[in-house]
Amino acid sequence: MESNFVVDKYDVIVIGAGHAGIEAALAAARRGCKTLLTTLSLENLAMMPCNPSIGGPAKGHLVRELDALGGEMGIAADQTCIQFRTLNTGKGVAVQALRAQADKKIYQAYMKNICENTANLDVKQILVEELLIEDSQVVGVRGEQGETFLTKTAILAAGTYLNGAIIIGENSYAGGPNGQRAAVKLTDSLLKNNIELRRFKTGTPARVDGRTLDFSKMQVQHGDASPLRFSFLTAEPVLNKVDCYLTYTNERTHEIIKKNLHRAPMANGLIKGVGPRYCPSIESKIITFPDKERHQLFIEPEGLNTQEFYVQGMSTSLPADVQIEFLRTIAGLENVQIMRYGYAIEYDCINPLQLKPTLELKNISGLFSAGQTNGTSGYEEAAAQGLIAGINAAAFVKQESALILKRSESYIGVLIDDLVTKGTNEPYRMMTSRAEYRLLLRQDNADLRLTPYAIQLGLATPERKKIFQRKQSQIQLATKKLQEIKITPNNQLNDSLENLKIGAINNTMQLAELLRRPNVKYKTLQKIFDLPEIDDDSVAQVEIDLFYSGYIEKQAELVEKFDRLESQILPLDIDYSEIKNLSLEAREKLAKIQPHSLGQASRISGVNPADISVLMIWLNQHK
Amino acid sequence: MYNKDTISAISTAVGSAGIGIIRLSGKDSIAVADKIFFAKNKKSLRKIETKTATLGYIKNFSGEIVDEVIVLIMRAPKSYTCEDVVEIQSHGGGVVLQKILSLTLQAGARLAERGEFTKRAFLNGRLDLTQAQAVMDIIQAKTSTALNIAQKQLQGKTGSEIRALREEILKLLAHIEALIDFPEDEVEELSGGSLQNQIDNQLAQIKNLLTNFERGKIFREGLATAIIGKPNVGKSSLLNFLTDSDRAIVTDIPGTTRDVIEEFINLDGVPVKIIDTAGIRNADNLVEQIGVEKSRSLINDAQLILALFDSSKNLSAEDFEILQLIKNRRTIILLTKTDLPEKISVAEIEKLTDAQIIKISTKTGAGMYELQQAVVNFVGVVDLEQSFIRTERDADILHKVQKHLQDAKVSLLNGLEIDFISIDLHSALELLGEITGEGATEDVIDKIFATFCIGK
Repeated sequence: MESNFVVDKYDVIVIGAGHAGIEAALAAARRGCKTLLTTLSLENLAMMPCNPSIGGPAKGHLVRELDALGGEMGIAADQTCIQFRTLNTGKGVAVQALRAQADKKIYQAYMKNICENTANLDVKQILVEELLIEDSQVVGVRGEQGETFLTKTAILAAGTYLNGAIIIGENSYAGGPNGQRAAVKLTDSLLKNNIELRRFKTGTPARVDGRTLDFSKMQVQHGDASPLRFSFLTAEPVLNKVDCYLTYTNERTHEIIKKNLHRAPMANGLIKGVGPRYCPSIESKIITFPDKERHQLFIEPEGLNTQEFYVQGMSTSLPADVQIEFLRTIAGLENVQIMRYGYAIEYDCINPLQLKPTLELKNISGLFSAGQTNGTSGYEEAAAQGLIAGINAAAFVKQESALILKRSESYIGVLIDDLVTKGTNEPYRMMTSRAEYRLLLRQDNADLRLTPYAIQLGLATPERKKIFQRKQSQIQLATKKLQEIKITPNNQLNDSLENLKIGAINNTMQLAELLRRPNVKYKTLQKIFDLPEIDDDSVAQVEIDLFYSGYIEKQAELVEKFDRLESQILPLDIDYSEIKNLSLEAREKLAKIQPHSLGQASRISGVNPADISVLMIWLNQHK
Repeated sequence: MYNKDTISAISTAVGSAGIGIIRLSGKDSIAVADKIFFAKNKKSLRKIETKTATLGYIKNFSGEIVDEVIVLIMRAPKSYTCEDVVEIQSHGGGVVLQKILSLTLQAGARLAERGEFTKRAFLNGRLDLTQAQAVMDIIQAKTSTALNIAQKQLQGKTGSEIRALREEILKLLAHIEALIDFPEDEVEELSGGSLQNQIDNQLAQIKNLLTNFERGKIFREGLATAIIGKPNVGKSSLLNFLTDSDRAIVTDIPGTTRDVIEEFINLDGVPVKIIDTAGIRNADNLVEQIGVEKSRSLINDAQLILALFDSSKNLSAEDFEILQLIKNRRTIILLTKTDLPEKISVAEIEKLTDAQIIKISTKTGAGMYELQQAVVNFVGVVDLEQSFIRTERDADILHKVQKHLQDAKVSLLNGLEIDFISIDLHSALELLGEITGEGATEDVIDKIFATFCIGK
């Protein structure tokens, strides 16, 4: 092929077809943009290079939100996952979360099929090596064969492939996950365009042969009897098809690891990147918590059609011989055969402080970035950003206003605001404790919070719209009825209330009051009062809203306060060096991050409340 | 509001003896001082090095010498406010200081608002909130004991107690969050009993801090004391006796609508603020005539009541009314004029009240030592190693923290799940951060990883 040959022209080009890239490409295409999804291997679309699971606290919330916004991950997970469990039951309605074991191959096949059959979307195997940028505006990308694609916008979603390096013990080589190539030249193109890069690392455990495991020595973990679902669209029950197993390391395991620590890449200097604290390697765990006698390990199937099992909790980059030795000390793994070794991977990612809350780079118009390239970790975090980048790239093309979700309305808002405001010094993982209003950000109300945006953006299918509107009107109807029905104490009523274990009443009250009592359910009230028949999801909303109203109102008040700062927009052209009363640190940080609102400014580290007072006064003076 | 203009103020308390200081801060402070200061070495202030003292004269615009002074220059950013600061140290009393101040204003400075130096220091990042408030307290310290307390503050003693409380809440919250965010990791369960114990402990600490605030307040603002009694019982004689010495500090409070004069008496280190001394001193005042009416209104504002009864006369109807008024109030009863023949005895009053009774005579000074001791005992022994909560703002925050902890406990007792407990704990943590200047969310996350072995 001739060098610099122009192949085609697109509205949106997505670089990378992992979880971020797929959601980005689907969103842009569904919003009507001519979109190209590039990947360095068509075999590996939507690959899960690490754990075979989706969801969990905060991550499950992200998937629900993604689904509410018209994303694909929730539907795909419901269709292809093989075990479902709800975590945190009994810890609070807002922190309950679904976690599912995926069949990696079936998940990939599902996603590939969706992408290949989405209108406006082309999928091509191209290793993008260069961004074409003119006057600080992205105009195209060039592949390694010299092929050029012109575009109005591009979305970086390169995952851990950017200048990736695999490290196992004393061995290190350039590459991406699972024996794939790395994207080396793209890094140079980013640096050339003054994009600040940093080096992160993450790791994964060995995959072992199921035929060599003795499951009788482990504890079995079944799926839930009647599992929840990720997607608001999934009508059919999801099915559990496999079990997971629990086993533990022991003192012998730890001895072997300690004896070989000098061969670990973090000791021998091969690893320089910053790893995540929540996903430490087994060697880090043993160093950091030396008193712990054992660490738990989950043995999880990688799919229905494979003997590969994932050893969750045993992430390592120790040399291969050490991996074999220590795994064989573990109950049930005495005769284990490793199919793939655990490894560490180092990669380049951008400093997310360079991003606008729309996920567009501040210094290059039309260039967006999402996923691990932004310094996050996790399939769900990546997908959530991908969706927003896709939506906003489309908005850029269509010259519409961008979608910026607030911290007070979504985990996605928290995720992106954290990234672009505070930055991150380790691969960023979503946690419920990062969301200050998490009681309002429940997985059960993600649709009520976000589906209106999907409808507005054209991302809601007619079916989603119908389901949403039905739920909305059912909740309104039931709530209205509960307020309208006034109940007055009399013997007959109190007798039936006692019979239903609701307890007698002493005063006249709205029927809604009864639902605030512990253990009183809508369906129970339906037995003696004329309440509308509504779906279980709607019932749950009505009950939660009433029973937890005190707490919900408390958080709603905080949100109101939060919104006051959030709604004070800071013009982009402020010269912070002119505002002398700001502390020096605040001035530098504000100039760098260019917050879009006073609220965002208040969350920048080094900007203290006095600086915010100063800014507030300055804003008032310059109105 | 926070302008670049130059501010000026007398920075020593009015009426205090010794050196008086006028302080200027801002971009033009050196230029302003230069207009009215004439160094003996003839150098312009602009050419004088930072942090050096220069002897010279302050002259008015007609060239007349106002005072001989020492001028100290501290250039930005190495000054109290991080701005150019000039201190004019004068030997003169209040009038001279006022004159110099008004000259600085004529030379281009603006009169500083109350606390504005500290505010600028704070806005310029020089002081943290705790320190800034302690500095204000030093300025307002009424007695040397109070000054000691304020200095302790500056070293961060109170801060450390509040930080300790914050640390405990942080630990508990991190535990809850670890359980929620990492449900499949080996984080030990948190029983309801343990949760309640920890919250109870935190509540006890807050209670201590708040008690401590009430006591600290006495040292900062003076023990609000009402002297009550019927006309001519000896209120003004007592007041005169107490204030007729170097123990009294009289402060003008400008800006209030009434011309109130508060008088502070130093009783063995306890600053006692006598309420409505004007009413007492002015013998012709109608107020003094209608003793009971006035007493009624005064006792509401008082932390301590000194109720006077004339021992040389039989108890009158008014005395009985006053005895009624002080029931269940913190009162010391003073039997006055004991140098005259006694008509009513201690034993007689004792039947009518539970309050401590002291016989005094302002003529002979009898009973004055006992009165002093009674007041000191009333306040309690002050342990200066203990530090105090400084301001209403901090106390207000602590009250809110207390409310959140109580709410958390209620949620717990109502059987709500840990996520609901975490809501109030989180609010408590954020509020305490407003005192210590620390954030909440990141700290909780750091704590989780530092404490628990996470990593499924």
